[in-house]
Amino acid sequence: MLHIVNKSPLERNALDSCLSAAQGGALLLTEDAVYAATRGNAAAGKITAAMAGMKVYVLGPDLDARGMTDRLLEGVTSVDYGGFVDLVAEYPTNQSWL
Amino acid sequence: MGTIEVSGKSYETDEEGYLVNLGDWNEEVGAYLATTESVEMTDQHWEVINFLRDYYNEFQIAPAVRVLTKAIGKKLGPEKGTSQYLYDLFPYGPAKQACKIAGLPKPTGCV
Amino acid sequence: MSEGTIKKFMFVNRKAPYGTIYALESLEVVLISAAFDQDVSLVFMDDGVFQLKKGQQTKGIENKNFSPTYRALDGYDIEKLYVDQESLAARGLTEDDLLVDVTVMSRAEMGKLMETMDVVLSF
Repeated sequence: MLHIVNKSPLERNALDSCLSAAQGGALLLTEDAVYAATRGNAAAGKITAAMAGMKVYVLGPDLDARGMTDRLLEGVTSVDYGGFVDLVAEYPTNQSWL
Repeated sequence: MGTIEVSGKSYETDEEGYLVNLGDWNEEVGAYLATTESVEMTDQHWEVINFLRDYYNEFQIAPAVRVLTKAIGKKLGPEKGTSQYLYDLFPYGPAKQACKIAGLPKPTGCV
Repeated sequence: MSEGTIKKFMFVNRKAPYGTIYALESLEVVLISAAFDQDVSLVFMDDGVFQLKKGQQTKGIENKNFSPTYRALDGYDIEKLYVDQESLAARGLTEDDLLVDVTVMSRAEMGKLMETMDVVLSF
């Protein structure tokens, strides 16, 4: 399934909660959650670890807005809004860890 | 919400007559907005209007009058950096009138 | 506020921009407060340090990019900007990543500074 997280990993436990439950599939980071997939962020290691078992995506426009595009973690795929829709369509179910 | 007509094109304004879309502005629209404020535009007026537009492009806000006065004094000369000078040009308040003519939103803190 | 009484105001910014409205709201209140000639300090800590990150481009999310406005604060005589060192480090940021000049200090120093204020506003 597709897991969606939109909260900063250093402010809320949504990412932790998601990663402790997720059994593969894909993770899409949007809004403030995109910080988790940037180099140097204290939560970046969790994303790197998660990539062993699931595909990780970030919403590109959210990364751009925050001025973090040039420090996206290697192995994470940036998608646009069309890509977001494709992901939702690709997986039969999705969970938003609001 | 309202609209103004300039040279056969219509532009959206808010209930106080400020342009809704910053990108709609051109000198002709500015000149029309000046007539709605009964301001007769001179080179000195346009100098302030252009200054305001530059300021907005750089900082994404319309400056408070005090800040505008100081910045104009720095850029255009101390004799122009006084509130007297700006109020002579825009008698109902440089913030309110000049921002409207420049097509900018109302300055923050100006109620 | 009666004339002549200058109070020490501190605005504490702890939220990332865009995800919530706090950052923009704080900035607007700061600009309004400048009209009252008070002694204003701005603190950026936790995710609040992201507010000052260079290179923000918001076209894609159709939000107003208000980051250039931090560079106008100087013209409003708001010159006391403090950033928490630990918060920067935990986010892979350094002073060079910020779009304005700031004073970087430790969390403990920040806490001490907070104690010296007359009014603390939280965002």
